[in-house]
Amino acid sequence: MARPIEFPRRGSRRFEPSSLDGLREQIRKLERGSARAVGLEAMSFGDPDIDAALPWGGLRRAAIHEILGSDGASWGFVAGTAARLAGDGGAILWCRRGEELYGPGLAAFGIDLKRLVVIRTRTATETLWAMEEGLRSSSLAVAIGETFTVPPIALRRLQLAAEAGGVTGLLLRPTATAAATSPALTRWKISAAPTMARARTAKGTSVWRIDLLRCRGGVPAAWIVEWCNEPTRGFRVVADLRDRSSLETVEPREIGGQRA
Amino acid sequence: MRIEAVNRAAESLGIRPGMPLAMASALCPDIKTDDADPRADRAALERLADWCGRYAPWTAADDDAGGPSAAGLWLDATGSAHLQGGEAALLADILRRLAGFGFAARAAIADTPGAAWAVAHFGTQTGSGVVPVGKTLETLLPLPVAGLRLAPVVIEGLSRMRLRQIGDLVGLPRGPLAVRFGKILLTRLDQAVGRIDEPISPRFPPPPLHVRLAFAEPIGRSEDIAAGLERLLAQITASMETAAQGARQLSFTLYRVDGSLARVEIGTSRPSRDKTHLARLFREKLDGLDSGFGIEAMTLAALVLDPLAPTQADLETTTPPEADLARLLDRLGNRLGETRVVRLVPTASHIPERASRPVAAAVASPARVEPVAAPKAETRPIRLLPWPEPIDVIAALPDEPPVAFRWRGDAHRIAHAEGPERIGAEWWREDTTALTAAADWIRDYFRLADETGRRFWVFRNGLYRSGATPRWFLHGLFA
Repeated sequence: MARPIEFPRRGSRRFEPSSLDGLREQIRKLERGSARAVGLEAMSFGDPDIDAALPWGGLRRAAIHEILGSDGASWGFVAGTAARLAGDGGAILWCRRGEELYGPGLAAFGIDLKRLVVIRTRTATETLWAMEEGLRSSSLAVAIGETFTVPPIALRRLQLAAEAGGVTGLLLRPTATAAATSPALTRWKISAAPTMARARTAKGTSVWRIDLLRCRGGVPAAWIVEWCNEPTRGFRVVADLRDRSSLETVEPREIGGQRA
Repeated sequence: MRIEAVNRAAESLGIRPGMPLAMASALCPDIKTDDADPRADRAALERLADWCGRYAPWTAADDDAGGPSAAGLWLDATGSAHLQGGEAALLADILRRLAGFGFAARAAIADTPGAAWAVAHFGTQTGSGVVPVGKTLETLLPLPVAGLRLAPVVIEGLSRMRLRQIGDLVGLPRGPLAVRFGKILLTRLDQAVGRIDEPISPRFPPPPLHVRLAFAEPIGRSEDIAAGLERLLAQITASMETAAQGARQLSFTLYRVDGSLARVEIGTSRPSRDKTHLARLFREKLDGLDSGFGIEAMTLAALVLDPLAPTQADLETTTPPEADLARLLDRLGNRLGETRVVRLVPTASHIPERASRPVAAAVASPARVEPVAAPKAETRPIRLLPWPEPIDVIAALPDEPPVAFRWRGDAHRIAHAEGPERIGAEWWREDTTALTAAADWIRDYFRLADETGRRFWVFRNGLYRSGATPRWFLHGLFA
C-alpha cells in the first residue's frame, strides 16, 4: 500500500514566506541587470542634510523627478545630479530643443562627454518621445528632458517608462508651467542664490537656492547649496532655510572652504 | 516645329516622329498636338525604371533611345526570372502591368543587352520574345541592322551598300567595315553576339543583398505590411548570418498598384542582423506611409554590409549595455534624423564657439570624444548662445568690467566680476578671416554675477581707441 504523498505544511521551512519574498527581491534585482540598480536604490547628493530630507536617503532612482527653473542654476543642478547618477559608467541622454548645451561647461559638473548623448529635438512631442525611449531602454543611467509643457498623461507615461527601464528621469521645465499635481516623485525648484550667500563661498563656484517643493513621503525643504568639485564632485549645503521665512535672516551655518 | 512622338492613330495616318508639323497637318488637318517635355519624359522613364525594381534590383533607363517613342528600360533578369515562373512569364507580367498603366511596350530577354534590344525593337513576335540561351546569333541574323543601335547616318550608309540585315554583316571582313563605318559598328555587333561585354550603368548600384515578396492580392493594412516586412527581414538576416555580415543600411520599397512606389531607408550605427531591432527601426518610419490603392509587391535590400561575427543568439540572453545604447541611438536617429543625435566633441581651439562641436553619434564613437587641452572647465559657461547677443553696458572705466547691463529687456546690476580673459583670433587658421571680418578680433571675456546670483559670460569686442567704442556681447550663461 502506497503511502500518501506528504505535502509540506505552511510554515515549514521550505515555504517560508519571508524567504520567498527575499528570493523575489533577489530576482527583481537580477532582472534589473546592471550593477547600478543593485543596492543602489537612491543617489546621494553628497550632503547628509539633503539626503536626510528624502525618504529614500537620496534621490530615488528609476523614477521621474521634476525640476523647475529656467536659468543657469537649474541647468547646473541637473548637470550635477546627472553626473552623480551616472557615476563611473552610466550614459546620459539629454533631450532638448536648441543647440546651447556647451560641452566644456558641462564637464565642470562632472559630466563625462564620452557618455553624454544630446538629442536636438524640434518639438516638445519629440523631446518627450525621445526621453521616454531613453527611459525604457535601460541602457542609460539618466534621461534628461527639457520642455516647456508636459501634458499630465505624458508625465505618467514617463514615470511608467522609468520604472520599466530602471532609468532615472530628470524633467526640466520653466517654473510657470508646472501643474498642481504630478505623478513625479519629487519636485524641485532651483534658482540662483543671491550675492549675500555667495559672498561667503569661493568666487567661482556655483551657489543655488534649492527648494524641495514636493516629495512623496517627505516634507518640503529648502537650502542654499553650493557645488563642490573638491574633494568629490557633489552638493554641499551652505545654509538650511527650512524654518526661516526669508533669505535675509539667514546666517550661513558654515563658511565655505573652512569646513573641517 | 517637328513631331516628337505620335500615338497609334497618328501612326496609321502616316505621321512619323521627326516629321515637320506642317506636313503632319497636311496629312491630318485636325491634328492635336502638345508641347514636348523631354525632362518630364525622362522623369517618367526613371520612375518606371524604379518601378521595375520589383522584378530585379538592377534596372536602368535607356539613355540612347532617341525620343519618347523609342524610350526603353533595361533590367538584369539574372536570377530573377524564376520568381515569376520563367522568362516568358516575366516578360508577359511586365507587359501586362505596363499596359495597365497605359504604356504600349515590347520586351525581349536575351543573353546580351544588345540582342535583347534588337529583338525588342525589331523582333518578329508581336509582344515579346525570349531568345533561348546560345541562340543569340541565329536570332539576330534576319533582323535589320538598325537593331544594332547605330546612328542614322551609319544605317543609311549600310543600306546604300545593300547591307540591310545583321546577317549581311557577319561574314564580311572586319577591317574595311571599321574603316568605312567607324569602330562603333563592330563594337555593337560584338556586344550583341556576346563577343565583348557591354557595360550599362544601373540607376542605382545593385545592393549586395536583395529579397522580394509579391502578393496575389494587393494589401493595404499596416499590419499586413509589417508582416511582409518581417518575412523579408527573416530571409535577409538569414543570408547575413551565413555570410557573417550585418547591415548598416537597409532600404524597404513598396510597389503600389498604380505603379508608384514608396521607399523607406534605415541606418544603424553598428552592423546588425537582429530581426527585432531592424523591424523596430522600420516601424518608426512606416507609420506615415501611404499604401494608396494597395501594395502588390515589396523588396528589401541591404545597401551596406559590414562583417559581423556569428553569435550564439540563443544562449546570450543579456546584451552588453553598449549594444543596447547603440540600438537606442539607432532608433532615435532613424526617427528624428541622424544629425539630431549628437555627441559634444571637444576640439582644440581657444575660440569658445569652436571648442565644442556637435558630431552625429552615428559617426562619433565615444572613443572619438577625446579630451583636449582646454581652459579650466569652471571658467566656461554651461550654455553657450549660438550667437553672441549684443547688450547695453554701463562700465565705469574703459578697461573695467561693467557695473550693469541690459539683456533681453532685463537690467542686471553686477555684484561680482572676474576677468578679463582675453581671447584673440586664431591667426594661424586660414578660415579665420571669415569669422573675423572686423579688423581687430579681440574679445575680453568677463564672468559676471548679478545681484540675484545669476552668472553671465560677457565679452567686449575690440579695444578702446579714439573714435571707436567697442561693443559688448553676452555669450553664455553659467550655472
